[in-house]
Amino acid sequence: MLTISNLEKVYPTGTKALSGVGFTVDTPQVVAIIGPSGAGKSTLIRCINRLVEPTRGLVKLHDTDILTLNRSELRRARRRMGMIFQEYNLVERLTVMENVLSGRLGYVSFWRAYRRKFPPEDVRAAFVMLERVGLAGYQDTRADALSGGQRQRVGIARALMQKPDLLLVDEPTASLDPKTAREIMRLLVELAHDRGTPALVNIHDVALAQTFADRIIGLRQGEIVFDDTADQVTEAVLTDIYGEEDWSTTIRREGNGADNGPETKPPDDKNGLIREAAAG
Amino acid sequence: MSAKADSAPVALRWQRIRMIPNPWLRFGLLAVALAYFAWSVGALDINWHRVANGIPRAANMLTRMFPPDFGRWSLLFKGVLESVQMAFAASFFGMLLAIPLGICGAVNLVPRPVYLVARTLIILSRTFHEIIIAIFFVKIFGFGPLAGVLTLVVASTSFISKMLAEDIENMPPGQLEAIRATGAGFPKLLLYCVSPQVLPRYLGVSIYRLDANIRHSTVVGIVGAGGIGQVLAATFSRYDYDFSLAILITIVSLVFAGEFFSNWVRGHLR
Repeated sequence: MLTISNLEKVYPTGTKALSGVGFTVDTPQVVAIIGPSGAGKSTLIRCINRLVEPTRGLVKLHDTDILTLNRSELRRARRRMGMIFQEYNLVERLTVMENVLSGRLGYVSFWRAYRRKFPPEDVRAAFVMLERVGLAGYQDTRADALSGGQRQRVGIARALMQKPDLLLVDEPTASLDPKTAREIMRLLVELAHDRGTPALVNIHDVALAQTFADRIIGLRQGEIVFDDTADQVTEAVLTDIYGEEDWSTTIRREGNGADNGPETKPPDDKNGLIREAAAG
Repeated sequence: MSAKADSAPVALRWQRIRMIPNPWLRFGLLAVALAYFAWSVGALDINWHRVANGIPRAANMLTRMFPPDFGRWSLLFKGVLESVQMAFAASFFGMLLAIPLGICGAVNLVPRPVYLVARTLIILSRTFHEIIIAIFFVKIFGFGPLAGVLTLVVASTSFISKMLAEDIENMPPGQLEAIRATGAGFPKLLLYCVSPQVLPRYLGVSIYRLDANIRHSTVVGIVGAGGIGQVLAATFSRYDYDFSLAILITIVSLVFAGEFFSNWVRGHLR
C-alpha cells in the first residue's frame, strides 16, 4: 500500500531531518512512530503528502509515485491521504459541518464549495460521520466553541470524509488530557481498522502507542532504529531510541491494570455497536 | 570542578543590568539628546513681532465668524453630500481593489516575486500623503470630485490591502496546512480557510477606512479635489468667515457621525 525508501530531507538551514528512511506498510495496520522531539517524526509524515518537499527518496502510495507528481496530480493524490493534527487545525470561524465537509474540497467544484452545495451523498456521509465520532447535533456549532477533544473528533471526521487510502496523524493526543487522549486514540484506531485504512501516527506517549498500535517505528535523528510489533518494545529499545533513562514504568506490560489487552468498552457504547455492525 | 562550585562563597553584590552597559556611551547619548532639544527650540525661530501682530487678526477673524451663517445651506448641503459620496465610492473601490492586492501581499500564500511586487505597490502608494496625490489628480483630471475620489481610492486601497496582507500573514499556519492537505487548490483555500478567518477584520478595517475617508474627503477639497473642503477653501479666500464657521461646524458633526457609525458597525462584527 505504502512504500517509502531512502527518504531524505535537508532543510534550507542545513538541518538534516531525515536520512535514508524506508519502510513498507502493506496491511491496513496502525503504525505508531515514536522518537524524541526533533527526530523527524513530523517531517516524515509531511513528506508523504508533500506539505514538506523531501530532498530525495521514494514515496509510493499504491501505484502512485508521489514525489514525481505535478501540482494538480499532487492535489488529486492528497485527496486520498487524510491528515489529523496535534492542534486540530480546524478553521475556527466555520461551523462543525463546514469543517467536516471541507474534507470533500478536493472532490467538488469551486462553485459548489462556495455556495456550500455539497452533493447529497457527501452531506449524508457527513451526518453519519458526526454520529460516529460522537458529535451528532453539533453540525451548526462553530468550531471555536468546541472543547479540545471535540475539536479533534471534528478533525478525524474531516480526514475520514476524504475516504482516504492512508491516514497521516501528527501527535493527535499531545494537546489532550489523558482520558480524552485515550478516547481519541481508541476512536482513531477503531475507525482505521473498520475501514481498512492504514494509519501512520506520530505519538509521544509510548504507553499509548503500545496500547493502540499494531506496529511501532522508532525514529532517532532522522533514522529508523526500531521497527516491530508493539510488544517487542523493551527498555533496551527505548534506551536506543531516546537515550538512557529508567524505562521500567513507561512500558506497558501484560497484566498491569486497565491499560491491558483488548480495550474494554462500556456495554451501552453505541459506537461499538456500529463497529460490530460494520464488521459483520 | 563541581566540588569547587559547591564550596564557592555565595555572592553578596548584585547590580541590575543596564540597557546600555557602557557609562560613557550612556551619558554621551543623554548629552546628545539634550543638545538636540536645545537646537530644536532654537530652530523654531519664533518671531515675537509677528505673533504680536497675529493676535488682533485672530480676534478680528473670530468676531467675524460669529454668528455662523447657515443661510447658504443649499451650497453647504451640496458640498457635504459630495464629500460623503466621495467617501463611500472611494471606500467601495478601495475594498474591492484591496482584496487581490492584500492576498498577493501575504508571504504565506503567494510565491516570493508576486509578494515583492505587491508589497512594493502597497509601499509606493503609501509614500505620498493624500494631499500630494490629490494635487496630481487635480492636475491630470481637473478640479472636482473625480480627482478627490481617485485620491481616496488610492489611499483606501493601500491602507486596507496592507492590513489584509498582515492579517493573512498572522493566520495560524496549521489551518492552511490542513486545508491544503485535503487536496484543495488555491481558490478553495481562499474560500474555506483564508476568507472565514480574516473576513471580520477586513470588514472592520474597511468600515474604519470609510470613517477616515469622510474625514479626508473634507481635506482633499482644499487643493480643488471636490467636496465640502473646496467650498471651505473658497469661503476663506473670500473672507466669508461666518460661512466658514458654519462649514466647520458641519464637518465636525459629520466626522462625529462617521465615527459613531463606524464604532457601531464594528461593535457588531465580533
